[in-house]
Amino acid sequence: MITLESVSKRFGQQPVFTDVDLHLEQGEIIVIIGPSGTGKSTLLRCINFLERPEAGHITVGDLRVDARRASRADILALRRRTAFVFQNYGLFANKTALENISEGMIVVDKLPKAQAHARAREILERIGLADKADAYPASLSGGQQQRVGIGRAMAANADVILFDEPTSSLDPQWVEEVLSLMKQLAAEQQTMIVVTHEMQFARDVADRVVFMDEGQIVEQGPPEALFTNPQDERTRRFLRKILAPTGQALP
Amino acid sequence: MLNVEYMWDLLPVLLSYLPLTLQMASIAMVFALIIACLLAVIRVSRVPVLNGAALLFISFFRGTPLLVQLFLFYYGLPQLINALISINGVTAAVLGLTLHFSAYMAESIRAAIVGIDRSQTEAALSIGMTQSQLMRRIILPQATRVATPTLMNYFIDMIKATSLAFTLGVTEMMGATQKEASGSFLYLEAFLLVAIIYWVVVEALSWGQRRLETYLNKAYQR
Repeated sequence: MITLESVSKRFGQQPVFTDVDLHLEQGEIIVIIGPSGTGKSTLLRCINFLERPEAGHITVGDLRVDARRASRADILALRRRTAFVFQNYGLFANKTALENISEGMIVVDKLPKAQAHARAREILERIGLADKADAYPASLSGGQQQRVGIGRAMAANADVILFDEPTSSLDPQWVEEVLSLMKQLAAEQQTMIVVTHEMQFARDVADRVVFMDEGQIVEQGPPEALFTNPQDERTRRFLRKILAPTGQALP
Repeated sequence: MLNVEYMWDLLPVLLSYLPLTLQMASIAMVFALIIACLLAVIRVSRVPVLNGAALLFISFFRGTPLLVQLFLFYYGLPQLINALISINGVTAAVLGLTLHFSAYMAESIRAAIVGIDRSQTEAALSIGMTQSQLMRRIILPQATRVATPTLMNYFIDMIKATSLAFTLGVTEMMGATQKEASGSFLYLEAFLLVAIIYWVVVEALSWGQRRLETYLNKAYQR
């Protein structure tokens, strides 16, 4: 369904990651965890070419793109099959909540405006913001903005939604509403890849947890196995560090 | 003392030239905006070759006085290009104002574009928008808002700069004042009056500018 084969990325001379392989089935939910600066976000951004990988193949559905010779059309096609949720929401400041969600349907999918707006209203309903249709991002709370960000990704009807630390810029009081929306999507079998530091979310929702460190996938597996019985020393060290202060059971 | 009666009689005469002044400034503003947007987009997207040309254009028109440019278009270029011999003063003035102000406006539009946070660009690209859709639908509308106060200032400058057209033999408001004054020898009255007219027009525009800014900021109120 979604496959990365030997994907490599460097910034200048500095490799971020090399020869990363990853595979997801439709409906699968993967959470990527790991220390900051280990290339998790960059990996996610390479899947839709917000960062251009230097080498490797990316397959989404029946579209296979060779990073070395990806054309502009390939990149557009890839972006239409993937959707992205940003840490800083990235909402269009000149558009209302409704327009943020309908924009892609109108401009990219070329739906008639009325139809796009009708679908956007359905999505607003699902994300619990039906009453905020005409609000501009500046008047929404962080949590509401991120829900609109997720709504915009839902509108893209993509094969996979990529979440790049969706709750990291949120004030603590808004985190839960965003996570619960993501859980709702998960329950609907939406394929997703989530980069996050929310370990409880990973435990509850992920089908598979991937631990990345220093540009490598060190270890991956079902959350129970990875959290309770990590195989690699680096995974153990990371989990000890991140779980200890919250008083959760230590692996 | 001031001959107020003379000024009162002169007022309708000078006001009859106001439409020409406003016309020149408005036409120049429209074309300058179009050119400035193009230049700004070329600069921001670093279009090869065109970027260099845009830099040269901006550098020249910002680097030389408007008066010199007007003389160059009106008196100089016809020597080189025969078709321009019949260029009239108004056209030359509008052309000069357009090019001169487009260079300044390009830079403020560019700054406004660069100032829009990168995450919106990425978001637009991530949903499959092309560069030009991104520009037209997301970036330029917001850049317009940011740049509006500066652009309005340039428009105000431009209205005042139309007075230079009189050096190309155009009888616009300033030219008419000059003529009237040299007939009556009441220079102080005539030039004071024309100064007041420019002033009032500019103040009216500033009022409009504030209204426009309030309107454009509507989406950004918390």
